[in-house]
Amino acid sequence: MPINLWRFASPQMFYTLAGRSLPWCLGGAAVLALAGLTIGFFVAPTDFQQGESYRIIFLHVAAAWMSLITYLALAFWCAVGLIMRTRLSFMMALALAPTGALMTAIALWSGSLWGKPTWGTWWAWDARITSELILLFLYVGFLSLHAAIDDVRRADRAAALLALVGVVNVPIIYFSVKWWNTLHQGASVSLTRAPSMAGTMLAGMLVMALAAWLYCIAVSLMRVRAIILERESDADWVKALPELRSLAHRA
Amino acid sequence: MTWGSASEFFAMGGYALYVWGSYAVAALAIAAELALLVRRRRTLLRRLGRSLSLPKPAA
Repeated sequence: MPINLWRFASPQMFYTLAGRSLPWCLGGAAVLALAGLTIGFFVAPTDFQQGESYRIIFLHVAAAWMSLITYLALAFWCAVGLIMRTRLSFMMALALAPTGALMTAIALWSGSLWGKPTWGTWWAWDARITSELILLFLYVGFLSLHAAIDDVRRADRAAALLALVGVVNVPIIYFSVKWWNTLHQGASVSLTRAPSMAGTMLAGMLVMALAAWLYCIAVSLMRVRAIILERESDADWVKALPELRSLAHRA
Repeated sequence: MTWGSASEFFAMGGYALYVWGSYAVAALAIAAELALLVRRRRTLLRRLGRSLSLPKPAA
């Protein structure tokens, strides 16, 4: 039986669906983060070059990957919104941006704290670090531009355009360690090469990356549900929501 | 197992500031994001619930 995906493009359907998947995403993220940290701190061995400082990797790589993936998802929803004129797409994009900015900030922060003991500096204008900082500015720019325009639909479209222009930065970040031979090390994981690190280190990193995936999905769903309620507050289905009815009776 | 004792674990081979500084700030930021989202939903529901219980304006 074919499932009509368009059904889920309605804010009402999606609100319910998101609410139902939320506990699974949050619970999954918590369990995976716990497992990833256990592997990272108690199973993975000490690095022969970096000692214990390398354990930042389990946080750093997961956050850095999610900063890129979240931006791609944001740009994707912006493109869908501009082409199909679906309201929900723009709400998704707006919900993703703060979490993407947070992941970028965590990647930069943990990178800085990792750079000091390994490279001897908190910060360098290295290609990878600079392009990741630009990513943070893109997220902040997206949110500020959206907040600066009063008319929501115009704000959605203007911010979406900005997000789509900024997408060129994603391959720049990804390939920066190849294109410019500066400070940041090359990719830790590649699909074409054998892994360059111990199996347990790799396992910890991948489990933490999965945890970060689920976390980003979970908080974006939480945020998009709030945005849906804010924008659809006059709709009958919102007024009929059980979580509202119970509040109204108490008031 | 890498660690002989709890204090060895917390010392992180001399890199405690860097390792725990990374994880602590990330944990705080994540906790703050979750708390803000829970609060946003709660205030929103309260506001919408209040507007529901107001008497309908006379036609």
